[in-house]
Amino acid sequence: MDIGTVIDAAVSQAFGPQAIVFALAAIGLNVHFGYTGLLNFGQAGFMAVAGFGLAASVVTFDLPFLVGIVVGLLASVVLAFILGAPTLRLRADYLAIVTIAAAEIIRLILGAVETKSWFGGSNGLTGFVKPFRDMNPYGSGLDIGIASWSRTDLWSMTVGWALIGLSCLLVWALMRSPWGRVLRSIREDEDAVRSLGKNVFAYKMQALVLGGVFGGIAGLFHVLKQGSAVPTDFNTTFTFFAYAALLIGGAARVFGPVVGSMLFWFLISGLGSIFSQLTGGTDPTLPTWLMTDTQASLIRFIVLGLGLMLLMIFRPQGIFGDRREIAIDAR
Amino acid sequence: MPVETSAASAALQDVPNDPGAAKPDPIVKGSGITRTFGGLTAVDVEHIEIQRGVITALIGPNGAGKTTLFNLLTGFDKPDSGQWSFNGNSLEKTPAYKVARSGMVRTFQLTKVLAKLTVIENMRLGATDQRGERFWSAPFRALWGGQEAEVTNRADDLLARFKLDAKREDFAGSLSGGQRKLLEMARALMVDPELIMLDEPMAGVNPALKQSLLGHVKSLRDEGRTVLFVEHDMDMVRDISDWVIVMAQGQIVAEGTPDTVMADQRVIDAYLGAHHDTDLSDLNEEQLEADADAELDAEAEETDA
Repeated sequence: MDIGTVIDAAVSQAFGPQAIVFALAAIGLNVHFGYTGLLNFGQAGFMAVAGFGLAASVVTFDLPFLVGIVVGLLASVVLAFILGAPTLRLRADYLAIVTIAAAEIIRLILGAVETKSWFGGSNGLTGFVKPFRDMNPYGSGLDIGIASWSRTDLWSMTVGWALIGLSCLLVWALMRSPWGRVLRSIREDEDAVRSLGKNVFAYKMQALVLGGVFGGIAGLFHVLKQGSAVPTDFNTTFTFFAYAALLIGGAARVFGPVVGSMLFWFLISGLGSIFSQLTGGTDPTLPTWLMTDTQASLIRFIVLGLGLMLLMIFRPQGIFGDRREIAIDAR
Repeated sequence: MPVETSAASAALQDVPNDPGAAKPDPIVKGSGITRTFGGLTAVDVEHIEIQRGVITALIGPNGAGKTTLFNLLTGFDKPDSGQWSFNGNSLEKTPAYKVARSGMVRTFQLTKVLAKLTVIENMRLGATDQRGERFWSAPFRALWGGQEAEVTNRADDLLARFKLDAKREDFAGSLSGGQRKLLEMARALMVDPELIMLDEPMAGVNPALKQSLLGHVKSLRDEGRTVLFVEHDMDMVRDISDWVIVMAQGQIVAEGTPDTVMADQRVIDAYLGAHHDTDLSDLNEEQLEADADAELDAEAEETDA
């Protein structure tokens, strides 16, 4: 087995554009779930409206690139208001149901034949990414031995990590403030916060919008790094992977979602590379009755799921979490 | 028994001991308040007035509707009918957070401390009108740092008063039941309320802590606040309240000073049961058995016929 290839694949992915997308989406979920206790299972929906907001503005309506970015971000804000207005007064589980349904509705509408003239049907939209790629200052890709990235990826990563940096800074600044204290209090007990004269609904809405905008940024970045907006990219698996990343890193911690996504992609591609090497070639290391090369790409998710279970059992607070906080729940 | 007569409670001397009696200076006035849960009428209050600046106790057997009335008055529940006002302003259809801001703050029967926040953070949350709680100014500490320091000072003073200063940095979830009651009361004071409504402040508190809690409640009145509390502990009611309102089956059945209320036959019947002062061991068992047999026979005859 070639360890070098495994490490290259794992490290490249851990810092690569895909991990950035999940980190941004998970930062949004951290605001929703980690700090405010809102169960948003439709982060993929926020990403989809933003990504397609940009793509459709530029491709279908011939608007300038920057206008497309603004449209995308506004779309995620509007979605937050639409989802929050009827559900935030109800118990937390209702938001979960509504968001997961809304995300699916959005994905199906975007991929429908009837809306093909706007959103390109199941093939999606391409041809909006040129202004972004043209800004690329790099002459070539980068190979640092243990990892390598193409010229396009390098530019995406520069923008993406800058976005993550700014997002983390904003989350940190907000969560140390009295505003963040109100959100964390709402997570603990809404009625107590209400009895102290805070407008809980308004705070929950602000949190939903803020996290939705982070989701929107993730969606914009996703379609830009990929060069296309495809409806099937925004399925529910996306949201659950982002949740997995958040829980690995530790909820309600500024860097939790970032480190969580890096580790998530490090493991996914590292394990994928290991299993594909073990089952590949004419004389595979693992006998074919045990595992074939078509099964190799699936087994990594099984192993990762097992790892997640062990994490939840032995370190339920995630990597950055505070064990004392989790212990309080047990009372 | 020590009887404390403050100026405010002296004003209550001329108030008749009738359910729904009018008070000379009411802070809360309500009438026709009803709330039903399905077929059950939980609250059916014809008229209620709470005198300003005194400690009013709301007592009654379990299920009398005391907590439901609390919820209705503070906007945590919506009544089927009725109107009520606080300081002359109608509170109908006012959301709970606005009720609290107007100066009417309540605590909960099952304490609601914010378990994963430290004690001092719990306290800071109580302060109203914080600039740092607005989204756009929150990221910039310069805009709210000064106010936060003031809030913290006030919180520390209150923590010291309630003897919680040693627990300042602990998670509120690690406090004992009694300490949670104290924290909740202290946190409610951060709002600087005119009327503080305590829902069973003594439930689950040990006798030693009870004494200090009693002192705290009295000190609230001495500061000029109005206190309304629900309690089952009769000693506490007798000891500190200036006025007692008795509820049973959703209605106010009696009102008055502690001594008159506790001597009131309606209260004794509703609250303690008509046979409350008969010692069960004194009852003649044979006589009871004979009565029960006679009753059974009568029933059997009825079914036969």
